[in-house]
Amino acid sequence: MAANTPRQWASWGTANLVVIALALIPVLWLVSLSFKTPTAVLDPSYFPAQWTWGNYSGILKTSQFIRPLINSIGIGLIATFIAVVLASMAAYAIARLRFPGKSVLIGMALLIAMFPQISLVTPMFTIERALGLFNTWPGLIIPYVAFGLPLGIYTLSAFFREIPWELEKAAKVDGATPFQAFIRVIAPLAAPGMVTTAILVFLFCWNEFLLAISLTSTTASRTAPASIAYFSGSSQFSVPTGPIAAAAVVITIPIIIFVVFFQRRIVAGLTSGAVKG
Amino acid sequence: MAEIVLNEITKRFPDGALAVDKISLDVGDGEFVILVGPSGCGKSTVLNMIAGLEDITSGELRIGGQVVNNKTPKDRDIAMVFQSYALYPHMTVRENMGFALKLAKTPQATIKEKVEEAARILDLTQHLDRRPANLSGGQRQRVAMGRAIVRDPAAFLMDEPLSNLDAKLRVQMRTEVSRIQRRLGTTTVYVTHDQTEAMTLGDRVAVMRTGVLQQVGSPKELYDRPVNLFVAGFIGSPAMNFLSGTLEDGMLRTSLGDFRLSDRLRREVESSGSGRSVIVGLRPENFEDAALVSADARPNGITFRTSIDVLESLGSDVYVYFTHGREQGVTAAELDELARDSGRADTGGSGDTVVARLDAATRIREGQEAELWVNGRAMHIFDPASGRNLSLAGDDGGAVSVQPAPGAAAAEAAGRDEPAATGAEGTVDVQAIPGQAGPAGEAT
Repeated sequence: MAANTPRQWASWGTANLVVIALALIPVLWLVSLSFKTPTAVLDPSYFPAQWTWGNYSGILKTSQFIRPLINSIGIGLIATFIAVVLASMAAYAIARLRFPGKSVLIGMALLIAMFPQISLVTPMFTIERALGLFNTWPGLIIPYVAFGLPLGIYTLSAFFREIPWELEKAAKVDGATPFQAFIRVIAPLAAPGMVTTAILVFLFCWNEFLLAISLTSTTASRTAPASIAYFSGSSQFSVPTGPIAAAAVVITIPIIIFVVFFQRRIVAGLTSGAVKG
Repeated sequence: MAEIVLNEITKRFPDGALAVDKISLDVGDGEFVILVGPSGCGKSTVLNMIAGLEDITSGELRIGGQVVNNKTPKDRDIAMVFQSYALYPHMTVRENMGFALKLAKTPQATIKEKVEEAARILDLTQHLDRRPANLSGGQRQRVAMGRAIVRDPAAFLMDEPLSNLDAKLRVQMRTEVSRIQRRLGTTTVYVTHDQTEAMTLGDRVAVMRTGVLQQVGSPKELYDRPVNLFVAGFIGSPAMNFLSGTLEDGMLRTSLGDFRLSDRLRREVESSGSGRSVIVGLRPENFEDAALVSADARPNGITFRTSIDVLESLGSDVYVYFTHGREQGVTAAELDELARDSGRADTGGSGDTVVARLDAATRIREGQEAELWVNGRAMHIFDPASGRNLSLAGDDGGAVSVQPAPGAAAAEAAGRDEPAATGAEGTVDVQAIPGQAGPAGEAT
């Protein structure tokens, strides 16, 4: 990378611009739609002729969107927390210990990650109805944890493997129980990995649509992405394009904030200085 | 403070590999014992077993009189310094050093006091609130030492604590470690693969090879009276020279010249089962420029002519390297292992090169023919099959006598003050190796 000729700069710059444009044009279009007045929705111009906050104030006034938004945040955070705690214990065991059935455990985790969710929707619907979990927060949290775990275990075990084992030995010699060694020494060092995992699991929960729409029936537990499908226009014959676009923008914002805020911690790499070099 | 007793400690890994084979070792209260050996000899495993980081397959381990085989590390009251230092990167120096005390629920004020005291000893006071990532290698090493010191444990265990430092710092820290250990008087077991560290630091040194303890003794004892080829080749830098020799007509014939063996030693060699061939070990300082050897000392050895391949002058000493063309390389399993460990096997350097340390006053030049003298009294004779040092046994007087070199003065007088030539003076038959009552054990 030492010598970038102007020619290289130009070609890389062009390629980057094309990729960024391709990714951003639909997003910007969505943003533009969310600011258009209901009558201008079908206007083919890219930028709205007349800017309006109407769509946003509209959706934020109704519990049809506010309540699912709260559900999304609540379910997402709880599921993420449980998944990361369980995944870090499992990943630690996988990275550090030798125990019978370890490869089976890894295989099972992979299997769950690969399993087609659509085939589970009907049985889960029946089970949750029978157990009284249908249309409740736990009804979504439990499957989210199950599907988030494999992701978490894989990400975290990679992080745990990079923590020098001697640190744990040192902690034990210093008088720590295995649990104290984990909580006081290993877990703080794996924090960047845990944050990364938490972001990934949270994104999964936040974006999840299939289970959210299948296992809920009211706004008591319906999450934001599912609720958008239930938006109704001002009349039976009008399509609520503006409010849908506004809602889509609203649910995207936390994700952007989340990633931007935590990116630094991921990159920081707390392990530097633990051992020589 | 406590003594550590290892009684037939054995470690067998789940895959069946025998890492440590029935090691018995007593480390006295306040003693500094070094475990030394080439990589893979099981010395770190022994240390980990003492620390409680590895299970003991069989045998008994006692610390301070208590059997601790099944105790967790936290109940053994030991502190360990790791090769990589293993500092907690998310804690400051202060927190690192106080971590063990904090776990032991020591009051904050006491922790602060002890940490600051240790920091003062180690010259770390101004770094207490920094993190390991911002420290230099030497500072990190001192923090690792400090973490052990603040606990005031029954014993220190050190696993190659200096091997990550550069050469100059290593020498400096070596003195530091020694100073701290003497000041605190804490029982210490120190693992290293560096024989210089072993020789300079320890009260006693335990040499290990492939999981088996070879010899335990003071550095001086290991140097002067190695029990076998392995210890002889491992201890000392530059290493002992090994030549092959054959026993003929009561004479030991080597490429350097002929030595007359005492009757006892001849019987020893003949009964060793290796027939008439032996391996002769000579330390570099057993050689001297013949021109610089006093007439008095000459009869203690023989002189020979050789051409010098390489000459290295260190100012205080001169090292010369020469080969003996007729010499067929000495082969023994133990020597092969030493060669592998030192990397000689990979670099293709032959084992037949002889290194001699001469007085700086020598006028010998590189590439020229020179006359050298070798001290026969200091010679070691090894059984090539078992590696046993045959010249060690007994204090019955002479082991090796010397066939006087042609032209050597017949008059005999007091022996020259050679390092190892402490045998009876004024006789032709000299004792090769000082007996047990000799300088051995003086360092303890």
